Amino acid sequence: MKSFMIIGQFVPGTSSLHKLDPRTKMVTIFSFVIIVFFANNVLSYGWLALFSLALILLSKIRIPYILKGITPVWFLIIFTFILHLFITREGPVLLEISTFKIYEGGVIRGLTISLRFLLLVLVTSLLTLTTSPMEITDAIEELFAPLKKIKVPVHELALMMSISLRFIPTLLEETEKISKAQASRGVDFRTGTLKDRMYAIVPLLVPLFISAFKRAEELAMAMEARGYNGSEGRTKLRELKLTNIDYIAILLYVIINIIFFTLRQ
Amino acid sequence: MSAIEFREVFFRYNEESPFVLKNFNLTIEQGQTVAVLGHNGSGKSTVSKLVNGLLTPQSGEILVNDTKIRTSNVWEIRKNVGMVFQNPENQFVGTTVRDDVAFGLENRGIPRDEMEQRIKQSLMNVGMEQYMDHEPHHLSGGQKQRIAIASVMAIKPEILLLDEATSMLDPKGRKEILATIQTLKKHGKMTMVMITHDLNEIVLADRIIVMNKGNIYLDTTKELLFTHHKKLESIGLTLPFTVELALELEKYDYQFALYPLNYKEFNKELWTSNLNK
Repeated sequence: MKSFMIIGQFVPGTSSLHKLDPRTKMVTIFSFVIIVFFANNVLSYGWLALFSLALILLSKIRIPYILKGITPVWFLIIFTFILHLFITREGPVLLEISTFKIYEGGVIRGLTISLRFLLLVLVTSLLTLTTSPMEITDAIEELFAPLKKIKVPVHELALMMSISLRFIPTLLEETEKISKAQASRGVDFRTGTLKDRMYAIVPLLVPLFISAFKRAEELAMAMEARGYNGSEGRTKLRELKLTNIDYIAILLYVIINIIFFTLRQ
Repeated sequence: MSAIEFREVFFRYNEESPFVLKNFNLTIEQGQTVAVLGHNGSGKSTVSKLVNGLLTPQSGEILVNDTKIRTSNVWEIRKNVGMVFQNPENQFVGTTVRDDVAFGLENRGIPRDEMEQRIKQSLMNVGMEQYMDHEPHHLSGGQKQRIAIASVMAIKPEILLLDEATSMLDPKGRKEILATIQTLKKHGKMTMVMITHDLNEIVLADRIIVMNKGNIYLDTTKELLFTHHKKLESIGLTLPFTVELALELEKYDYQFALYPLNYKEFNKELWTSNLNK
């Protein structure tokens, strides 16, 4: 039960990637997502692949674990490759099977697009693998703080995120309890047609929703009793601090990007 | 100076429903530990929610430390009134123990250094300091409830309200909480109000208030409470086993000067009150 409770597959650790400030990680990784689209030749793709590989090694997370984590995306990567193989008609023909023709341009296009995809998924999954959900919440609150000026309730959104994270295990436990209770009364969740099984979910969802609303009401009252009155005049226990490792990481990242832009045509 | 004062308070949850509190008057002195007893629907929980302004009465006044609760000063009042609720799960806000204790402090804008210190101190007071970085789903109900008490104590309130804080716990958790309350009582000069329907919990109280139908039914002490045993039973409260045993023995001409609350007292009463037998 507890094993699939890992949200975003966070792996606790002490590697230098774990130690980075979550803000540094978020900013660099999201800029990387954009930069991947600027790669346009073998050298620049190779350079980015090398960078991603270095990050994976730095994270000290076992490579099979990372690859397992991106299984759902493999299908998409292979699908795009095949799609491009058939629809792109550029360059000389490489292979001809009856009416199908495979062009050189198609192979190249397919390879680059799937590589791009793979790099994106790998690097962004590294963010969730090395950063706890709480750290991500804190980073989002800090990074989006300027939006407060245009009245975006950044603090409230971050609090909502952290409360939802806190209640995920609670609600999962509750779901299990309710499903057992309903199963003991003869609700069958496992067999039957798809339609039958979908109907079986109803007696699970209704009590779950009722209890979730009740919890929300009680939690709101408890929060109010403890003096919660919005973000104004609030201090924070958790503090994000940029350390030397962050400055080094940012510097390295800038250098990597300079090299990248000289490599691309 | 009285810590809490109700003056002719009327309260109902909405216009159609009957009054939960009808012309309710109560004064609790500073430093007292008061147990408010009553069966479900007697209005005892409403009393605690009125004290920290979670509910507002339809008419009448409620004073905390001689200040009347108004919508303008309710946040000020809440700084002095800590409250622990019934369900340990639904009052745990933080993702870890540390974050949860910090929550109330953060709300009050307390600087970080002091926060760290207060969190440590209040967790030590409830004996949970080694659980600092634990997540709520790895804690038992009793432990969660101790954290809830620690969170409240970190704010250093003058009044502590326990709204059926032990009712959802197993016997072990209940014992833990009662022991925690006892140490708090020894240390501080805090005013404590324990709302409960469990007659076993009153051992800790200096004064017992029994509520029925939105009003005070009995206002007594723990020593004298069970002399009113017929009244208690008539409003649906179950007597502790030792008291029932004593009552049963009285039928056989044994005497009890005081009705015992636990086995130790029972033994003592049995031989001291019946020396001539």
